Amino acid sequence: MPIDREQVEHIAALARIALTDAEKGAFARQLSDILDQFEVLQTLDTTGVEPTAHVAGLDTVLRDDEPADSLDAEDTLLNAPRRRADFFQVRAVLDE
Amino acid sequence: MSTSAASELWQLSVVEASRLLADREISSVEFTDACLDRIAAVDDRISAYITVTADAARQQAADADRRIAAGDAVPLTGVPMQIKDLLCTNGVATTCASRMLAEYVPVYDATAVARLRGQGAVLLGKGNMDEFGMGSSTENSAFFPTRNPWDTGRVPGGSSGGSAAAVAAGAAPFALGTDTGGSIRQPASFCGVTGLKPTYGRVSRYGLVAYASSLDQVGPIARDAADCALILQAIAGHDPRDATSLPDLVPDYSAALTGDISGLRLGVPREYFAEGMDDGVRAAVTAAIDQLAARGAEIREVSLPTTEYALACYYIIAPSECSANLARYDGVKYGYSYQGDGQGDVDMWEAMERTRQYGFGPEVKRRIMLGAFALSSGYYDAYYHKAQQVRTLIRQDFARVFQEVDALAAPVSPVTAFPIGDRTDDPVRMYLVDVYTLPVNMAGLPAMSVPCGFVRSGSDPGLPVGLQLIGPHLSEGRLLNIAHTYQQATEWHQQRPAL
Repeated sequence: MPIDREQVEHIAALARIALTDAEKGAFARQLSDILDQFEVLQTLDTTGVEPTAHVAGLDTVLRDDEPADSLDAEDTLLNAPRRRADFFQVRAVLDE
Repeated sequence: MSTSAASELWQLSVVEASRLLADREISSVEFTDACLDRIAAVDDRISAYITVTADAARQQAADADRRIAAGDAVPLTGVPMQIKDLLCTNGVATTCASRMLAEYVPVYDATAVARLRGQGAVLLGKGNMDEFGMGSSTENSAFFPTRNPWDTGRVPGGSSGGSAAAVAAGAAPFALGTDTGGSIRQPASFCGVTGLKPTYGRVSRYGLVAYASSLDQVGPIARDAADCALILQAIAGHDPRDATSLPDLVPDYSAALTGDISGLRLGVPREYFAEGMDDGVRAAVTAAIDQLAARGAEIREVSLPTTEYALACYYIIAPSECSANLARYDGVKYGYSYQGDGQGDVDMWEAMERTRQYGFGPEVKRRIMLGAFALSSGYYDAYYHKAQQVRTLIRQDFARVFQEVDALAAPVSPVTAFPIGDRTDDPVRMYLVDVYTLPVNMAGLPAMSVPCGFVRSGSDPGLPVGLQLIGPHLSEGRLLNIAHTYQQATEWHQQRPAL
């Protein structure tokens, strides 16, 4: 299935990745090549076949909700690119 | 121990070293020093390490020696190791070979790492890899490619290429790798070392930086099966911090190494010997199967007709999970964060999109894009849902043959190590290198790569070939015994590259 530049731009927006013009062209070509490889799946009849989520068939795993120690604030913020007091600093999410 | 003998200690296997350490014939400090010297001597030629933690290693070695002196030693106390840089190490940079995490220092150990440290294993440093585990050659490292110790013009395989190359070169007695589609087995094959991908859930994924969560698994890369048994023993078992880890009791893997495989029903899947396979690989793997027959295995040809669908299935499911997992890299909590070009403030969306543009390399972006597409409105059913159904058929295929046979024998890869740069421009050609390892991950099965010969094509002494052994869920002990039995009868795993 061919992917054009417009679709590449749409996918990049979904994935929140800015791309250069050169990257858009390369991805359009490469993603088209890769999707061609996927066509083989359409030749398999999967009517009524359950999809696999977990290979060992583990059911939802539950545990008691008991309080326990977590990372302290300094450790949690150790790798923060921008920090103010004990908070991660983020850019404005809402317009003024 | 004399100085000249001490400097050769890097050649010891884990089993040998464990015994010598326990008997106090060698110390962990001298063993660790020998490994650090070996790294210093060879790593400029193979680039297997992203980080070497020499000072911390010497300290841990001294701690291990005190523990041994106190009579408190367990099998891996004082044994040095390398850890793939996809596994979190407390206080030691864990880059995932990505610009995104070039400065990232975890504040906790991955469970597998914590269990090894708990035994007193010594961390030498962190292994190079394809960025976030995405690749088959270690050429996708954001920092530098690793080179194959057998021929430094060639790739070591990937994504755990730094780990396999280090073990092959004697720059680590053993390493922990991770395997999502072949990333332990294929580099082990290309570098002539022994690798084990455990059953999905056998080893905790806690602290393993996520690529494709339904496929990722941690496992050992070492010289031989006996070494892998000791390492798996240390890292396997349930972990409440990983809800997908299996509750099953961990058997004694070393006790499984009986050296007896008489009566073992060994299946040879005909689809794993398809056209396009290197003749030398075919010859080496066929000879290895004959060798196993001579040791008492009963060989049966079997068929896994869904094999040809595994590649497409994998390259839909893994990128889909990747696109969800890697959404966390937004430049806010940790990792690289775009701060603008100095020309005024930058808004939230631009900061996020630029962070991901500059932080991720080409293959990671390609897989995120592929996954975002496969999961997007209008394509979800045709791609992601379809692939999850095909995954069920692949599992059923394996389940059916495991009613007839106890294990499968096949090549790890249709090719041997290829020249650096040979496949980087063609993603599909790169993906085909893993065509015989991907199906195993789709079904969550344990599998090994065992050195079984060399392909000589002008370059001397040739390039290693790996025999793949695949078993049903939780059959690690059986696979280790088959590999061990083979390694008692052959010397391929003892061959070392001249570096």
